[in-house]
Amino acid sequence: MYNQTEIIKDTTELGPEGELVVNMGPQHPATHGVLHLVVTLNGETIKKIEPHLGYIHRSIEKMCESLTYRQFIYVTSRMDYLSSHINNTACALLVEKGMQIEVPERAQYVRTILNELTRIASHELWIGAMAMDLGAFTPFFYAFREREMITDIMEDTCGARLTMNYIVPGGLMYDIHPDFQNKVKAFIKQFKEKVTEYEDLVTNNVIFQSRTKGVGILSAEDAISFGCTGPVARASGVSCDIRKIAPYDVYAKVEFDEVIETAGDSFARYMVRIKEMNQSIRIIEQLIDTIPEGDFVGKTKNVLKLPKGEFYQRVETARGDFGVYIVSEGGTTPYRIKFRSPGFSNLSALSHMAEGSKIGDLMATMGTLDLVIPDIDR
Amino acid sequence: MFSLEGITTATQDWLLIKFNPTIALAIECVIVILLSISLFALLGLVLVLMERKVAARIQIRLGPNRVGPGGIFQTAADTLKLVMKEGLTPDTADKFLFNLAPFVVMMVAMLLLAPIAFAKNFQIWDINIGVLYISAISSLSVIGILMAGWASNNKYSLLGAMRSGAQIVSYELSAGFAVLTIVVLTGSLQISEIVAAQENGWWLFKGHIPVIIAFVLYIIAVTAETNRAPFDLAEAESELTAGFHTEYSGMKFALFFLAEYINIFIVCAIGATLFLGGWMPFHMGNWESFNHIMDYIPSSIWFMGKTFFLIFLIMWFRWTFPRLRVDQLLNLEWKYLLPISLFNLLLVTIIAIMGWHF
Amino acid sequence: MTNEEIKVYISSHAPSVSYDETGEWLNLTIEAAEWKDLALAITRSPLKMDYLFCLTCLDWKTHLTMVYHLTSTTYRHNIVVKANLILDKPQIETVSEIWRTAEFHEREVFEMFGVHFLNHPDLRKLILEEDFKGFPLRKDFEDPINMIKL
Repeated sequence: MYNQTEIIKDTTELGPEGELVVNMGPQHPATHGVLHLVVTLNGETIKKIEPHLGYIHRSIEKMCESLTYRQFIYVTSRMDYLSSHINNTACALLVEKGMQIEVPERAQYVRTILNELTRIASHELWIGAMAMDLGAFTPFFYAFREREMITDIMEDTCGARLTMNYIVPGGLMYDIHPDFQNKVKAFIKQFKEKVTEYEDLVTNNVIFQSRTKGVGILSAEDAISFGCTGPVARASGVSCDIRKIAPYDVYAKVEFDEVIETAGDSFARYMVRIKEMNQSIRIIEQLIDTIPEGDFVGKTKNVLKLPKGEFYQRVETARGDFGVYIVSEGGTTPYRIKFRSPGFSNLSALSHMAEGSKIGDLMATMGTLDLVIPDIDR
Repeated sequence: MFSLEGITTATQDWLLIKFNPTIALAIECVIVILLSISLFALLGLVLVLMERKVAARIQIRLGPNRVGPGGIFQTAADTLKLVMKEGLTPDTADKFLFNLAPFVVMMVAMLLLAPIAFAKNFQIWDINIGVLYISAISSLSVIGILMAGWASNNKYSLLGAMRSGAQIVSYELSAGFAVLTIVVLTGSLQISEIVAAQENGWWLFKGHIPVIIAFVLYIIAVTAETNRAPFDLAEAESELTAGFHTEYSGMKFALFFLAEYINIFIVCAIGATLFLGGWMPFHMGNWESFNHIMDYIPSSIWFMGKTFFLIFLIMWFRWTFPRLRVDQLLNLEWKYLLPISLFNLLLVTIIAIMGWHF
Repeated sequence: MTNEEIKVYISSHAPSVSYDETGEWLNLTIEAAEWKDLALAITRSPLKMDYLFCLTCLDWKTHLTMVYHLTSTTYRHNIVVKANLILDKPQIETVSEIWRTAEFHEREVFEMFGVHFLNHPDLRKLILEEDFKGFPLRKDFEDPINMIKL
């Protein structure tokens, strides 16, 4: 590796007068993983941000080229590990679309409920992590109290708490736990009671509001141009919810609102996520009592072969528009697979949003972008 | 009745009988040094544990509960761990200043201990300019922090130290003005006289709303001065990893850590002395019997109780609020707190001249 | 807007385009040299393809194909634009000033496939190390140490 003198030489590189180049990451408390930002500062003011990626690049796209259509789903759990269920769903939907597999209604209902639970869990973790970026430690524990209930439900259902791997092309791997409905209802009850605590602790906090309002503003035009999706784009007033634009599973049947804020600042992004959790609860409430009886997996062949052609499936993860693009040559493995990750595009807007602001604002902006680094690097 | 005053008098009498006055004084000095060092060690252990327990209570968890009953030896175990660790000095650091900085910070904290009255007639040095001494010495700690930040040759440290410098220098003004209100009311800079003036009621209750405002200002300002959340910009861990002590490890880090807690103790002790009557029991005007019952509680317990109450307040802040941004922090001081404290001082002066306080 | 109307509009700007409607969305294959002009044309009314949601490349062993998935946030119609590139010297005009998300996506394609984007503001490696040799997502990429042949 490097010897000592080389390292010293590297760090003492001089920029223009008055500039300070700081390496934030790959090990830094606020980058939540191995994101590396080279930040050029003038005093406390940010002049330039340059992301360096690849510290957790596993080349999942290349890896998937040698995995079958049953296997490649499980690799996607390791990309955006906070919404692994939704990633799995996207891959399963794509295979189902390509092979025209009929999915039983029961499986569709359960998938939708689990997707929404995953979204809530992801947003809960995000609240905690973002509050921590802003220097408040306590909301983390309050958010994890509710998230714990969801992970318990997940553990009952699929035996895993983070990387679920529960979804197979055609439906689900096995049926839901008999206690599933009761536990989800208990969770909804607790969530509704306790969500006001976040309002007291975070939303209405004067310091929190002054740290986030008017910080990291992203206009609607920029959000579209930078390809931002999910809560980030919706906070800028861009309607981009894939669940509304191209409904999958049973989203067409349920009633929910697409949450849109227009301010485009960090506080708007925060509010979008808080309101989205309430909408997710609304979706689950509509479905939980009406899960139809029947099979949990449709009839599929043992060896799946996608017909020759190109397939694209978009889903709405907790971070935005996740796309799977498969080019098939008709074999058992994809010829080329591309994962369009929401975090990658959202990250590209960071530099534009944070330039000219203070270091503290960078943390607020980055926190509300909700970056998951394995999702960005793939 | 238990009293620390009795112990000190007996010790001094005994020493004066046994030795000539010079040697007796030297022995007393050694005793005081030993006592204050052991107080430091004890306070460090107790306050860190208290912080962790308070945090745990606020964050719906249990906190340390494995080492010793209820986790009371957790901090001792942590200290042992830190002692065992290598005290690393970076190659590119200014070695002399780097190693000196933690001791400067520590020494400042120790010097501040001198004029504090822990109990009735139990004080190391009842200097007649006590309050002035405290404000003068407490300004020195910023030098240690700047020294640490600069000598580390680390950009995060430098940013943290600069923030800390700006912050401490600004907030000292507010803290100073808040302290001055009490000096104006008492007419003395001596700690013992300030305490004695509160015999018929603490200044917080006697001094009308202006003193309450001064008290609030004081608490805000000292939270900032000790670099505690929500003003912990100097070591804002999500921004600057650990700020000025990024490069420190082992016992040198522990000294910074300890100094932070000692500083909290000292500012709270001063706050308790000025606004809550120090060791003075809770007295209500002319209610003789009530006052007598209150007198039965030893004065040292009164002092510690008040101090720890204020420490709890400051800990409560830390675990509730997010951090301010650096420009907001300076705005708060220069645009709001400073004008308010100036005006408040004027009000208190009028009250003191007209004799409107109780 | 229906696919037919989109076709009419695009043909008026780029006559050599060929269409393919077998997939979910309308596919068009264009000449690499025409791409920049067409890109500018389709972002304007009446198509308003203002949202580039996926940009990637395919290695067909004989040639490379750039694939652009576009949609309109106003009209919600999707098109897929493809441009074939020569394997030896893959070059295409950048679209990073039209859709700024392309800047990062093009950098990724640059290092993974070796496609050179002309006039790109900052064409450097994004994910791989600076001194990495080869283009990992091409089919002929071999890494005897880290790759396991299945």
